[in-house]
Amino acid sequence: MNLIPLIPALPLFSAILLIVSAGRLPRNLVAILGAGSVGLSALCVASVAIGFLANEQIIQITLWTWMAVDNFTPGIAFYIDGLTIVMMSVITGVGFLIHLYSLEFMNEDESYSRYFAYMNLFVAAMLILVMADNLLLLYLGWEGVGVCSYLLVGFWYQDSDNGKAARKAFVVTRVGDTAMALGLFLLFTELGTLHIQSMMEAANAQWSVGDTLPLVATALLLGGAVGKSAQLPLHTWLPDAMAGPTPVSALIHAATMVTAGVYLIARTHELFLLAPATLEAVAWVGLFTLLLAAFTALAQNDIKRILAYSTISQIGYMFLALGVGAFSASVFHLMTHAFFKALLFLAAGAVIHCLHHEHNIFRMGGLRTRIPVVFWSFMIGSAALAALPFTSGFYSKDAILLSAWQQPGIGPWLWAGGLLGALLTAIYSFRLVFIVFFGEANTEPDKQPGWKMSIPLVILCAASVVGGWFVLPLSDVFPQADHSGVNHTVEYVSIATPVLGLLLAYLLFLGRQLDITAITESNLGKAVQKFCFNGWQIDGLYHNLLVRPFKGLAHWWRNEPIDYIYNAIIALSQWSHRGLSALQTGELRWYATTMVFGLVLLTVVMLRNAS
Amino acid sequence: MGGLTVPLEHVLVLAALLFSFGLLGLMLRRNIIFMLMSLEVMLNAAALAFVAAGANWAQPDGQIVFLIILSVAAAEVAVGLGLVLQIQRRFKTLDMDTANRLRG
Repeated sequence: MNLIPLIPALPLFSAILLIVSAGRLPRNLVAILGAGSVGLSALCVASVAIGFLANEQIIQITLWTWMAVDNFTPGIAFYIDGLTIVMMSVITGVGFLIHLYSLEFMNEDESYSRYFAYMNLFVAAMLILVMADNLLLLYLGWEGVGVCSYLLVGFWYQDSDNGKAARKAFVVTRVGDTAMALGLFLLFTELGTLHIQSMMEAANAQWSVGDTLPLVATALLLGGAVGKSAQLPLHTWLPDAMAGPTPVSALIHAATMVTAGVYLIARTHELFLLAPATLEAVAWVGLFTLLLAAFTALAQNDIKRILAYSTISQIGYMFLALGVGAFSASVFHLMTHAFFKALLFLAAGAVIHCLHHEHNIFRMGGLRTRIPVVFWSFMIGSAALAALPFTSGFYSKDAILLSAWQQPGIGPWLWAGGLLGALLTAIYSFRLVFIVFFGEANTEPDKQPGWKMSIPLVILCAASVVGGWFVLPLSDVFPQADHSGVNHTVEYVSIATPVLGLLLAYLLFLGRQLDITAITESNLGKAVQKFCFNGWQIDGLYHNLLVRPFKGLAHWWRNEPIDYIYNAIIALSQWSHRGLSALQTGELRWYATTMVFGLVLLTVVMLRNAS
Repeated sequence: MGGLTVPLEHVLVLAALLFSFGLLGLMLRRNIIFMLMSLEVMLNAAALAFVAAGANWAQPDGQIVFLIILSVAAAEVAVGLGLVLQIQRRFKTLDMDTANRLRG
């Protein structure tokens, strides 16, 4: 029996069941449906993956034709190659662990069933996104995950701030999605198909490297990727998206959905190879994003916002890798990042769960001995995030930096920027660890994480350590990178930088041998801190440049400016009527008097005219 | 018709005075009966002017108009007194200022 259609169908079925039952199912059944469907789906993926690894045969399945308009016949069809296998494994594997974790995390929530309905729907949409064999079906999944992200960011909708964050996430990504839709239109008009593989063949046949059309098409696709993956200039929604429950942040805003942009570019990489200018733009976008987000992460004090900016920064690395043509390294980093960032988010969720919903890292501290499981998870996650040697993040980030170095021309600049980012990553991640888990305890935990929370943490810890040794079946999908010609000094510097960062973080935030209070307390230092804290004022810039004029315009239109004319007519006639009705006093003598005066007046006028 | 010793001007002045008194009474009195009486005075002042003018030019028109005015006055009094009765029943007063129900 073919298991592939079941992979997205199981979570979708569960989601529909949960939505239709509208919270009337008993909690145990919701838990079994919610986590079980994703677990079964993960088992299906495992069996498909084992089959795939045995013979490396690309699988194509057409379930049915979605619609048929002339020669445009997109199918509900799946295309399974090495890249899809990697993505499916990450989505269902990490997804299942996060669902398991959610069982405990969301246990006290009233909307238990709604939560799992949305989460299942998300997993289904994300699977459709990565399994689709044409860009239209991919777009369906793309919008599906956007909707689920909106629903889950605004999950606790009773607080209007969460609703605002959800709207922001939806609207900002919509900007990118519009660009992507335009890209699809352009590709279809030019190439006559949206089926990814035949589209690539047609593109290679019709266009040559450096043509304008592939440049425009890839630029539009890049717009979509930038929006979904929270890169400059559309990254502002991700930190606010932390308003959702923490497992949602782990699944959607760290491990899977935000990497959809990376997947899109990797999937259509043959198109991007025809447009070297766009590819270079991808690299620069990645570099600037990773530096900006790293600086910003350094100044935050909300545990989840630090991780959010860190996610933006790490996806910046993936874009950097895509931009220098190191597609395998990018997908590799996508996978390791999914492991360690999901781990960090789940651990942060455990901290928040155990500390009565405390988010501020300066009100934590000393948690090392109090919740040891979470401490070790955080240690391993941060080590992998900082790319300390022999963790998974080390291998993937090292591959990216080496590929950046090899890029002709701009390579050393990209490498140096990436290296600075790696240094900052090490500093901010261990700043977080040292402040939260060492030093004085400011808040006492009131509970310990149970087994449903601990098991996913332990498994993700293991994956974060050994993930670097996984060999991904990507050799048939992407052109292979060759790092043999790289100078060993470059490699040593790449390895030493995170260690230096760890050392700096220790000296700054734990040992306090380095005292920088004089700098941070000065006016300039405070200004720089505030600038970084606010994410380089980009949010404020957008607010003043776009949001406020738009709101002003909307406000103006809401009052129907055309109505001003009619309202003026109404006001005029009302005013004159009031004047006339004031004369109707009902005073009989007053009437008589005015009549007399009128009569006299008329007589005078007539007499004057007559004479 | 010999014997007419009153000049026209005197009659017209008398008519004008009567008309003015009637008008003043109409404007100043608050009792509806007095207002109706003032109205009668004004009508009769006009009728007097017509009669005097008719006599002066030896025309019958003045007397004809006088008869018309007389009938108009009779009709007016009939309707007016009917209204006065209704007002008295309804408002228990004949003061037209207090009987005003209009809120302009």
